[in-house]
Amino acid sequence: MNKQNLIVSSAPHVVSPVNTSRIMLDVIIALVPAMAMAAYVFGIRALLLTAVCVVACVFFEYATERILKRPVTITDLSAVVTGVILSLNLPATLPLWMAVIGCFVAIVLVKQLFGGLGQNFANPAITARIALFIGFATAMTTWPLPAAQQTADAVTGATPLALFAKGLEVPSNAEMFFGTIGGSMGEVSALALLIGGVYLVFKKVIEPTIPVCFIATVAVMAILTGNDPIFHVCAGGVMLGSIFMATDYVTSPITRKGKVIFGIGCGLLTMIIRLYASYPEGVSFAILLMNIMTPHIDSLTVPALNGVPKEKKAKGGDK
Amino acid sequence: MSSVQKHLKGIHVDHCKNTSGCPVTPITLPEKVYIPMSQHIGAPCQPTVAVGDHVKVGQIIGDNTAPVCAPIHASVSGEVTAIEQKMTAQGRVDTVIVITADGKQEAAETVVPPTVTNKEEFLSAVRASGAVGLGGAGFPTHIKFNPKNPEEVDTLIVNGAECEPYITVDHQTMVAHAQDIADGMKHIMHFLNLKKGIIGIETNKPDAIAKFKELFADSPELEVNELQQQYPQGAERVLCYESTGRHLIAGKLPADVGVIISNVSTVLKIEQFLKTGMPLVTKSITVDGNVIKNPQNVEAPIGTPLTDIIEFCGGYTGEPKKIILGGPMMGRAIPNDDVCVVKGTSAILAFDEAFAQINPETACINCGRCVKACPMNLVPTAIYKAYINKDLDALNKYHAMTCMSCGCCTYVCPARKQLSFINGNLVKGFVNSQGGKK
Repeated sequence: MNKQNLIVSSAPHVVSPVNTSRIMLDVIIALVPAMAMAAYVFGIRALLLTAVCVVACVFFEYATERILKRPVTITDLSAVVTGVILSLNLPATLPLWMAVIGCFVAIVLVKQLFGGLGQNFANPAITARIALFIGFATAMTTWPLPAAQQTADAVTGATPLALFAKGLEVPSNAEMFFGTIGGSMGEVSALALLIGGVYLVFKKVIEPTIPVCFIATVAVMAILTGNDPIFHVCAGGVMLGSIFMATDYVTSPITRKGKVIFGIGCGLLTMIIRLYASYPEGVSFAILLMNIMTPHIDSLTVPALNGVPKEKKAKGGDK
Repeated sequence: MSSVQKHLKGIHVDHCKNTSGCPVTPITLPEKVYIPMSQHIGAPCQPTVAVGDHVKVGQIIGDNTAPVCAPIHASVSGEVTAIEQKMTAQGRVDTVIVITADGKQEAAETVVPPTVTNKEEFLSAVRASGAVGLGGAGFPTHIKFNPKNPEEVDTLIVNGAECEPYITVDHQTMVAHAQDIADGMKHIMHFLNLKKGIIGIETNKPDAIAKFKELFADSPELEVNELQQQYPQGAERVLCYESTGRHLIAGKLPADVGVIISNVSTVLKIEQFLKTGMPLVTKSITVDGNVIKNPQNVEAPIGTPLTDIIEFCGGYTGEPKKIILGGPMMGRAIPNDDVCVVKGTSAILAFDEAFAQINPETACINCGRCVKACPMNLVPTAIYKAYINKDLDALNKYHAMTCMSCGCCTYVCPARKQLSFINGNLVKGFVNSQGGKK
């Protein structure tokens, strides 16, 4: 008896076990140390804010996809990642309704209206942070002090970069590295973010190219302008931005050379804004600007074919 | 510069070489064999026998005077009982000669060792052996051995990489027939005036490597190239670069960069023909997959129905839902098992429903895994998107025609896009239909 009606598909017939959900899950796992640190520094309110952001992002993703009659893709966990990263960009005391507006901007305006996962040209969390930052300037710059440093009449304070911009005394590098400082939830501990970054590199979810170029450029710029490189690397969103937001696949270049350009560009813009512009922090603007450049960077860094020198390749294109 | 790199990129796939300890066993003689007239790239053969004729093993039953063609021989002795149209393993309907075996397996009178003293006689012997590229491409070997620029060709590369998962038959062949393969290499090099012979073997076959190293000990012109374990080391362009450092750019023939590349089984068949005069009438095949009762390596006459081979291996243990001819990376899934072994069949893999599931596609997230995997240094997702947009300029810009369909990009894609299929097949069709700016 012959076997009929077998399943026919194109080769290859085996695939790697890594799919999109698995990648997003790894990113969430990598964010756990930063979330834990935020909870430790700012208390339970930090976790509440994260939970609200995650629920709101998933809800907006589901609702938009239903309204636009697209397949519902909330199981790919990308909305969860956006929610967590956005919450880490906010002050722990931000009113929850403002955070929900941020989630709306991120998921509906930046992601779904441009076509959903993979189609957005800017990082949803970064854009939402900037929208909130400009829309709710006071609430977004009222940074709670770490629970341990709060007193009866001082519960909020300036971030290290705000102190720096005003020429005031800044926290020590050790405090900055371990995270017992004021700031947004995810900005506080460079160490916790670094642990997450190492996990992502180890699991081959990200290549270290962008974070390394980004951080190195910030450090070099700091040295060239006579500032403390360790302060600038640990302060503000450099760690969070370079490890978790500049490496967003969708909005960063795909080629190795492109990633180098992207990382250096982010670092340069960050430092220019920090040192010369009127905002104390420039990571989110830097990443957003580089996001916009990404398609052009990719287009300019098409890898050469094996064994075809550059000039020959240009000729080959005209054939 | 990305072009200055020691190794080409690739991927790591589970080897699943379950049959690596199984020597090649000849199967019980099938009752009938169905031999298609087109088992190679080039002109199909015309039947040279008629219904009712009695044929013997090794007798020519199909040939064609067209330049690119290899003769086809009877694989069993018996009577030609039909010449009919039938679906073949290549997925097309073809003229098939049906021979009902008489069980005697008498060799034809023509089966005598050929006299070979010079290149012309050697090439005609290679043609007479019916040899085609047994790695799967099926290009007639005598054409490959006769390049337009013989003075520039200096190296023979023998492909023993066997980088596809599951398949172990080349490994077993190398272990069992190392001496014949080495002799075959020497003969080919002698008659084609090649200075250097390299056999490329992946390091997951240490016994084969050791055997050849021993055999090559006093032949400085022969060399074993131990290839790192990475798919697709056995792809022609990858093997060429890894063995000689010469890049085989898309559209070029191996001879253009001074090499001739041949599969180990092809070299062995040629050597056996030179020694005995018996042409290519049997094929060694790996039979494996999770619904095969006794996975093993078998030797079957060309034209043996798949069902006979699977029965020899104990039959199915469950309901097969996908049967692949060849390896899981580049092999072909067939719609039913009513097909027969051809010269290019290297493996029969049968899998159950769970394996056969086609994963739903999701959105490309631009993760770059395909870029990191592509041995040809392409940007597969950009080619894919350019094809979806039918953007010919972008396809040219991203060197779309360089894709060799190795499947690395599809394997690693977390969005389960059929990148390799689209970039390798549909893109080429589209570009050619648009006037084919290359």
